[in-house]
Amino acid sequence: MSTDFEPRIIGFLCRWCSYNGADLAGTSRMKYLPNMVPIRTNCSGRVDPTHVLKALADGADGVLIAGCHPGDCHYINGNYRTAGRYPLMEKLLEQLGLEHGRVRLEWISAAEGDKFAKTVTEFTEQIRALGPLDWGKQFEAEEAKTA
Amino acid sequence: MADEKIAVYFCDCGTNIAGKVDVDEVVKWAAEQPNVTVAREYKYMCSDPGQDLIKTDIKELGVTRVVVAACSPTMHEPTFRKAAADGGLNPFLLQMANVREHCSWVTEDPVEATEKAKRILSAQIHRLPFNEALQPIEVPVNPDVMVVGAGIAGIEAALKLADAGKKVFVVERDPSIGGHMAMFDKTFPTLDCSACILTPKMSALGKHPNITLMAYSEVTEVSGYVGNFKVKVRKKARYVDTDKCTGCAACTEACVVQKVKSEFDVGLGYRPAIYIPFPQAVPLKATIDPAKCLTLSKGKCAKQSCVSACGPGAIDFGQQDEQVELDVGAIIMATGFELFDCEREARYGYGRLANVITSLEFERLSNASGPTGGHIVMKNGEAPKSVAILHCVGSRDENYQEFCSRVCCMYSLKFAHLIKEHLPETEVYELYIDMRAYGKGYEEFYKRLMDEGVHFIRGRAAEVSDVALAPEEEGRLVVKAEDTLLGIMRRLPVDMVILSAGLSPRRDAKEVAQTFGFGCSANGFYLERHPKLEPASTMTDGVFLAGACQYPKDIPDAVAQAGAAAAGALTFVNNPTVKVEPTISYIDPEKCSGCHICVGLCPHAAIQFNAEKEVAEVIEAACKGCGVCVAACGSNVPQQRGYLDKQIFAEIEGALAL
Ligand code: FES
Repeated sequence: MSTDFEPRIIGFLCRWCSYNGADLAGTSRMKYLPNMVPIRTNCSGRVDPTHVLKALADGADGVLIAGCHPGDCHYINGNYRTAGRYPLMEKLLEQLGLEHGRVRLEWISAAEGDKFAKTVTEFTEQIRALGPLDWGKQFEAEEAKTA
Repeated sequence: MADEKIAVYFCDCGTNIAGKVDVDEVVKWAAEQPNVTVAREYKYMCSDPGQDLIKTDIKELGVTRVVVAACSPTMHEPTFRKAAADGGLNPFLLQMANVREHCSWVTEDPVEATEKAKRILSAQIHRLPFNEALQPIEVPVNPDVMVVGAGIAGIEAALKLADAGKKVFVVERDPSIGGHMAMFDKTFPTLDCSACILTPKMSALGKHPNITLMAYSEVTEVSGYVGNFKVKVRKKARYVDTDKCTGCAACTEACVVQKVKSEFDVGLGYRPAIYIPFPQAVPLKATIDPAKCLTLSKGKCAKQSCVSACGPGAIDFGQQDEQVELDVGAIIMATGFELFDCEREARYGYGRLANVITSLEFERLSNASGPTGGHIVMKNGEAPKSVAILHCVGSRDENYQEFCSRVCCMYSLKFAHLIKEHLPETEVYELYIDMRAYGKGYEEFYKRLMDEGVHFIRGRAAEVSDVALAPEEEGRLVVKAEDTLLGIMRRLPVDMVILSAGLSPRRDAKEVAQTFGFGCSANGFYLERHPKLEPASTMTDGVFLAGACQYPKDIPDAVAQAGAAAAGALTFVNNPTVKVEPTISYIDPEKCSGCHICVGLCPHAAIQFNAEKEVAEVIEAACKGCGVCVAACGSNVPQQRGYLDKQIFAEIEGALAL
């Protein structure tokens, strides 16, 4: 595996906790790796499995979903839906041939800037260790074979 | 959609962004992206000239979509949306790219930061063609306000609102309002008598025609939505008919159970099973402690002397808790603090050594209406000849609470003064880490105490023990500490030790915050919306914070914040309507198969099933826009305005486009 591989990561952040946690990491000038591009949703419960698949198919090597801690969701229990959906999605991804660890769910509150920064750096290193995914290309190759 | 004209504005934010990101490069790159008509750099986009750029380009270049790459949208999205609207563009056709908090401030390397800024910006440039013009939804606002907790902060906020003509519901957990301030004797640095300045406000609250006081009550549930909260309150049974009770206290004297530890005297004094916590209590009503009353706990009390003592016949053993529902437009949280639990700091011997007491216990000891009538005495009734006051117990300590509790230095100085005033011969030692006398008149008070003959020792106490190593230590408490100014270890034999305990968040702060739908900071206190600009607001619109529930505060600061919270609530409920973000869900009845899956998942019961048409329907007023239904539907039928699947997809594509 080439060591200069820079993972590309999409992070879905719920607006009320994790997005603010990321903001706090910013105002506190905590440094973390630059590989993740955040996408804001109102609630982690808005994150559709197709968003994750889309990200991976479009070239992401990893996907982070971050929401409020259990009990803290701005919409009462949206994050319980996320939590319920997540294992199913992991199963699905496994069946699609994806290694474990490319998609991660974390609860990060608006007060946890440090946790946000640590999570992103750690997750980036985890993906770096897994290597590039190139999922989209794999599909194209398979399609070319069947065509 | 193909011929959208996107304008990109990249803010330098002084050097906050431009100091890290190569803005020139990003702007040049942006100008070449699909649909981008113009890309500009500006020093401060949030300034008036910055906003004017947006307005002018909309008018002169016919810009149809705008992206501002700057700080967090939490900060300035409303500013720029308004600028877009002023320029004649629907505000929802503007997106922000957060290149400050999420990029320039958190990335070490300038080249990497520049690349990341492009990706963040690219996501928004790709998204924008899919944005739709949206109209904000206006909902009516209930003009009434609820204040939770009635210590000095809650009282102040409630009175301000009530004086402004608002109807206020005050919910207090204890039998009387007053909070911690009612327990204090004097207040620093002016040495005002605490009761003298507080009780007039308490009785004003009790009598105010615009205030409904619900003491001995707790909020159990909050539902509804912005400007229209539905609150369930449990009024605990006092077993006394408060309409009949005159507060004469005849029952309390008659009660056969007299030796119940008094909460108000923090266990130093006693109260009966039927009691009024203190003479100036508001409401001045008796309460029966069901755990201690013989009739209520054992089913039999030979005398039931309270019943015979009560002239108006107010005792009612059959009384039940009552559920009350309130409708309010805004809520002020003023639930206060609790004292750090000194037993956790075992090396100081609290709970084990008789004459080691907490600061709150000292407040009661020195209080003229306290259990000793204001005499500062040890457990054996004698006056101490020497007292050590240990600062920062539980505070500024990584083992317990990292933060400074802000009030302990000053109340410790006040204690020293009170001891010297009551017992001029007594030696007083203050053991401090740093003396934090930051408020108005505080440093002067500190100076004054130095002249009053108090001994100041700079050093945190290591231990308090009763093991004597010298004759003068015999039968006394020994405080071990390093005097960091002299660089020596000291053993101080004293008669009494006061632990200046820090302020802790309430034990149930987290659950309470969850009930009201906001969060807590890492230190456990309620989280404000912005630490500097909105210290009295929460993330939940219409819910405000006052007093020590947000962070330890002295009385002036608690009162000031209560004023800010009251002003916030007043501004909020004074508007007949509030605009809410129209980012809610909708369901196309043509596409819905009526599978029901979204109906049960909606956290706010905002989706109902139309049995006639066999489709799910969104109740717009109830939908809060979480998007759970959108993600749950197998056929992607529900969609969320502002967060359409195609918008999110485009963002993903943009983020990964380079
Ligand atoms: S709002 Fe954060 S997970 Fe629901």
